[in-house]
Formats: sequence, structure tokens, C-alpha cells
Amino acid sequence: MSRFSKDSGKKETPAISTASLPDIIFMLLFFFMVVTVMRETNPILKIKLPQATELSKIELKESVAYILIGTPTDVNTFGSAPRIQLNDQYAEVENVKAFVKQSYAEVPDAYKGIFTVSLKVDEEVTMGIVTDVKQELRKADALKIIYAANKKVEQN
Amino acid sequence: MARSKTKGAKEIDASSMADIAFLLLIFFLVTTTIDQDKGIIHKLPAWSEEPPPDDVRINDKNLLEILVNANNQLLVEQEYMELDELKDIVIKHLDNRGKLPNFSESPQEAVISLKNDRGTNYGTYIEIQNSLKAAYAEVRDKYALTLTNGSMNYREIDECSDNEDLDSAKRNSCDDLKKKVQEEYPMKISEAEPVNLGGN
Repeated sequence: MSRFSKDSGKKETPAISTASLPDIIFMLLFFFMVVTVMRETNPILKIKLPQATELSKIELKESVAYILIGTPTDVNTFGSAPRIQLNDQYAEVENVKAFVKQSYAEVPDAYKGIFTVSLKVDEEVTMGIVTDVKQELRKADALKIIYAANKKVEQN
Repeated sequence: MARSKTKGAKEIDASSMADIAFLLLIFFLVTTTIDQDKGIIHKLPAWSEEPPPDDVRINDKNLLEILVNANNQLLVEQEYMELDELKDIVIKHLDNRGKLPNFSESPQEAVISLKNDRGTNYGTYIEIQNSLKAAYAEVRDKYALTLTNGSMNYREIDECSDNEDLDSAKRNSCDDLKKKVQEEYPMKISEAEPVNLGGN
């Protein structure tokens, strides 16, 4: 008892050790590196994906080509009419076919059977441009498509 | 004791390690996105230059006609309808089995025809597609549950038939079940080429 009181009298409350802080942060870092993917395209279009409940996941990223449709973020330069984005550039409907053919050629042979075109389309866009793209996809023989959507939050 | 400590090799100061790690962490947070590649799978019909044959006649009963105009309004079988009613009417159509005169005679013959305007909002279109998928999922689930005596729904059967970890006997039985359900409720959705009905 006497020893205890002596000790506590001498020592101040020790500072919290921060030695393990880097480890914790590194763990967080690795977690984020694993669950996230690099941004592949620059956001030159404003796209708010629609919500749905009957969703399927894309199996393999290697076998997917992305076509983005939305209104340009830079409305002053490009106007507010919906545009198509392929890779990092604005494109016209006529370019879709060549883009899909090229993407298909880049897919490794083993995954050619599950080649999918993902349509990331803003929910405010009208169907006209989407239909034109779909017709081009039919012509390019890329028949498996996926309408990208977010999980619907249930409202009760 | 104290002397030996001062003489030994100096420890590297690790206090800035946390800062460096933080910097890296923030860099990754900014440059990456959480994987959100989910969506509604859809299969397009193959392209053909020839015009579709005129003589395809489907019994009017077996056809559920859905029209969407440029104001995102729905017309189902010539009647105005709200979006959230669509799923129930599709289920009614699929599972009618000849009971009501203006719905399908059997699930195998039931066809859904969807026609939208060029001015229809994409969001509305997806909601309709989602309702159709949900309706099919529900009737297929119900049928799968009766087939397996309530042990598996359609989604579980589908997952099991794709699961390569399971032994082949189990997988084949799942595959058979899946085919059976798909034969009972084949997904027949016909999409007409959109027309411009005005409004855009």
C-alpha cells in the first residue's frame, strides 16, 4: 500500500502511446486499396444513376466496356444536351460501334464469351439517345448489356 | 542502465510515419471509387436488316401492352396506370392461367410488349424494367419454392447452379431446377423501337 502511494506520487500520468498509430492507418490504407478501384475516366459528364432493386453484379471488370451518357459538367462550353462519353472523350452515336468493336478486341480471349457493355446513363436523360446507342450495340453484335444502377433505398 | 541506452544505436523517429500513412490514405480516398458496378442485365435482340415479319400474330389475350409517353405516363392495356401498380399487373398477367378473359392463358404464352417514346425519361424506363424483372423474380420464386418444398427460392437455385465449389451432382440438380422454372415462366419481353409521339 505504501509502495503504491509512493509510486503514484512520483510519476505523472503517462502519455498515450502513439507507436501503433501508423499501423492502424496502414491497415485503413490497405483496406481502401483493396475495396476501391482507380477512377478510370474523368468526370466530364454529370451522371446520377437511377435506382433499382433487381440488381446483378458484373462478374469481371476485364470483360466490360463502359458507355456513359449524361449532360456535360461544363455546360457553358458544351451545352446542356445529353452527350455520349467513350473513354475520356465526348463522342457521337456513330463512334459507338467502333468503340465496342475495339473494346471487344482488347478483352482477353478467355473472357470474350461474357463481354458486357455497361451503360451508365443519367436518370434525367431521355430515351432517344439511349435507343440510338442500343441500336448501334445491336449492329456491333454486343448484345449483353447492363444498365448501371444503384441499390434502391427502401422507403417505408 | 541509462548509460547503455544512450550509447546504443539511436532509434529512428517513427512519429511522422502516421502522417505519411495518412497522406497515402487520403490520396487513395481521392483517386479511387468504391466498386459499384451493379445494374440490370438486359439482352438485346440480334440486329437484322430485314423488316420484322408481319404475320406474327399473338393472341391479344397473351399480350400485355405497355406504352410510355414523353411525360413518363403509363398506358397498360389501354388504361392509365401508376408506376407502382405495374409489378402487380404483370404478376396477374403471368399467373392468370386463363382465369380472367383479358390476361394470358398460360405463363408460357404470356408476352409483354413495351413501347416507349424517345422523350421518355431514362429513370422511368429503368423503373419499368425493374418492375418487370421484379415481377418475373416473384413468380419464379414462388414456383421454385413449391418445386423444392420451400427450401430454395429462384435466386438461391441460380447461385447454386453457378457455384463451382459445389460438387457436380448438386450443381446439376440445381441446373435442372433452374431450367424447369425458366420453362414454366419464360421471360418474353418484346421491346418495340421507340417512336416519336411528340413532346420532344
